[in-house]
Amino acid sequence: MSRREYPTHPLVELTVARLLEFVREPEAVFWVVVFPLALAFALGIAFRSKGAEAVFAGVVEGAGSADVRAALSSAPGIRIRPIPLDRADLALRDGEVQVVVLPGDPPTYRYDATRPESALARLTVDAALQRAAGRVDRFTAGEQRLEVIGARYIDWLIPGLLGMNIMGTGMWSIGFSVVWARTRRVLKRLAATPMLRRDYLLAQMLARLVFLVVEAGGLLGFAMLVFSVPIRGSLITLSAVVLVGALAFGGLGLLVASRARTIEAASGWMNFAMLPMWVVSGVFFSSAHFPAATQPLIHALPLTALNDALRAVMLDGAPVRAVGSELAILSAWAGVCFTVALKVFRWK
Amino acid sequence: MTEREATQSAAVVCRGLQKRYGDVVAVAGLDLEVRSGECFGLLGPNGAGKTTTIEILEGLLEQDAGEVEVLGLRWGADDRALRQRLGIQLQETQLNEKLTAEEVVRLFRSFYRRGPSVSEVLEMVELESKRRSRVGKLSGGQKQRLAVACALVNEPDLLFLDEPTTGLDPQARRQLWSLLDRFRQNGGTVVLTTHYMDEAETLCDRVAIVDLGRVIALGTPRALISSLGAEHVVEFAVGHGASASTGPLAGLPGVTDVLAKEGTIRLRVTEPHVVIPALLLELERQRLDLSQFATHHATLEDVFVAHTGRHLRDE
Repeated sequence: MSRREYPTHPLVELTVARLLEFVREPEAVFWVVVFPLALAFALGIAFRSKGAEAVFAGVVEGAGSADVRAALSSAPGIRIRPIPLDRADLALRDGEVQVVVLPGDPPTYRYDATRPESALARLTVDAALQRAAGRVDRFTAGEQRLEVIGARYIDWLIPGLLGMNIMGTGMWSIGFSVVWARTRRVLKRLAATPMLRRDYLLAQMLARLVFLVVEAGGLLGFAMLVFSVPIRGSLITLSAVVLVGALAFGGLGLLVASRARTIEAASGWMNFAMLPMWVVSGVFFSSAHFPAATQPLIHALPLTALNDALRAVMLDGAPVRAVGSELAILSAWAGVCFTVALKVFRWK
Repeated sequence: MTEREATQSAAVVCRGLQKRYGDVVAVAGLDLEVRSGECFGLLGPNGAGKTTTIEILEGLLEQDAGEVEVLGLRWGADDRALRQRLGIQLQETQLNEKLTAEEVVRLFRSFYRRGPSVSEVLEMVELESKRRSRVGKLSGGQKQRLAVACALVNEPDLLFLDEPTTGLDPQARRQLWSLLDRFRQNGGTVVLTTHYMDEAETLCDRVAIVDLGRVIALGTPRALISSLGAEHVVEFAVGHGASASTGPLAGLPGVTDVLAKEGTIRLRVTEPHVVIPALLLELERQRLDLSQFATHHATLEDVFVAHTGRHLRDE
């Protein structure tokens, strides 16, 4: 730190103070920078393309069991587990097996039609047993497997994770620091100075933008290096989306923390605000699954707008005007939240 | 001096100040006038309404009724101008522990148009050697001096201190007192609250003794003490649950007042060397043994006791 004797603009000093406070808090750095990377890594590993997966078939022990097992073992991509009849439903429920074959003539399949992997296992097992029983395939179709970069699940997932991180860290870091300052009466002390109150709130958001470079840059760089996730749009457009998104959640964080007197109360409100968006805003699965009537509402949520814009820019290479409506939604959230927060903010 | 000049030279004027929190009346019609250049103390027990009063004067709380004028300006109309000229130390503010002393001072300095440099402020409060230390590593006294430093960054015309030495050891208290002396030598006005009578006696030109949201006595510490009409206090207790009959005690030569409370008897006296032999004789006559005996110069505490029948620190 330089030995500046006369400070600069309060907004600069407030932002610097907030940054210093943050980097000197090792836990905060961990949760904002390291944890999202670890999460992306874990999810990336879990959801990376693994080629065709084997199906797990349970075969009930008893008469005819050995024949069925022999028929299935000659087919590729099926793992066989002999299983006592009384354990069959339990094994299905726990996902240990995806289908259970009760040997007989004809055999019976027990499976859970609501689980896609269970339905798939039923088809695979059925085909193998039919062939073993003498069915002849009329043709063998040609195959084109989708392993194109940009069309995999991981490619779809990373922008969603980035959006989720921008939301989470933005709200937590601003919310906690504000409520902390309130409970220790730092806010009251600041309110006793001629400091402009909007400067304090703005500094919270500005300091966020500095961490954002590290946070978003780290996650994207990591996803590119480890999972070859593409960034097809311009970096400037992507930065603009990230920036406006961070401002929207910074504003929302300020608003949620604007009156809370305790960390516990703030946590509750934060979760209340974020939980619906984790579910409906298309982080892990598409928000298109929800009923049509709810779609306008879902698309007005900041995380939906952010995720849609991030995916459009990263995966489709969308130019800035193509994500104009998302940017407008995010800007509106930022502006309205900041204005309301400033109005209702509790300084004591 | 005309009346107009008199008001102009007042740093703080408040009339009929009232504040209630729900059913609790914190300030019940309080009048004050603090003169420019003086150190004015609000002395009273916890819960007397001192903090509420000072926070209204600081523009942090709004009164329910009454007039407040600070440096000739009013809250609600001249806030920004007023804040530029005030120095404020709040009770129990914890500055950010992760920042260094220097960083905290620089932050507060940035809010004001005028004032000394960061180094000069740190020098004023004798924290130059701690400028790079984190707030979290400072001692209680150093933290409190840093809080005062934040109040001095704008060379305020008027300094408000709320319980500035509560919880500090004697040495740290004296350091803070001498810091305030230096501020006053440069013509600054100070308004402070305290429940330490010795602090009020040492620092304050004038003291308002506050109880239950009202000023019950006002004047220089000396005048308040001599208003008791007796400069000394004799305090004693008798053993084995016995109690002395107080009637004869009041009649002893040189006793101006008798107060019995919780087994202890307090006599305000003008001449202890006359009273004490007479008192011992009287106790012998009543066949009582002393279990406790002390005598001291009358203090502001005795003024408070004389007005309320209670001690300042009834814990």
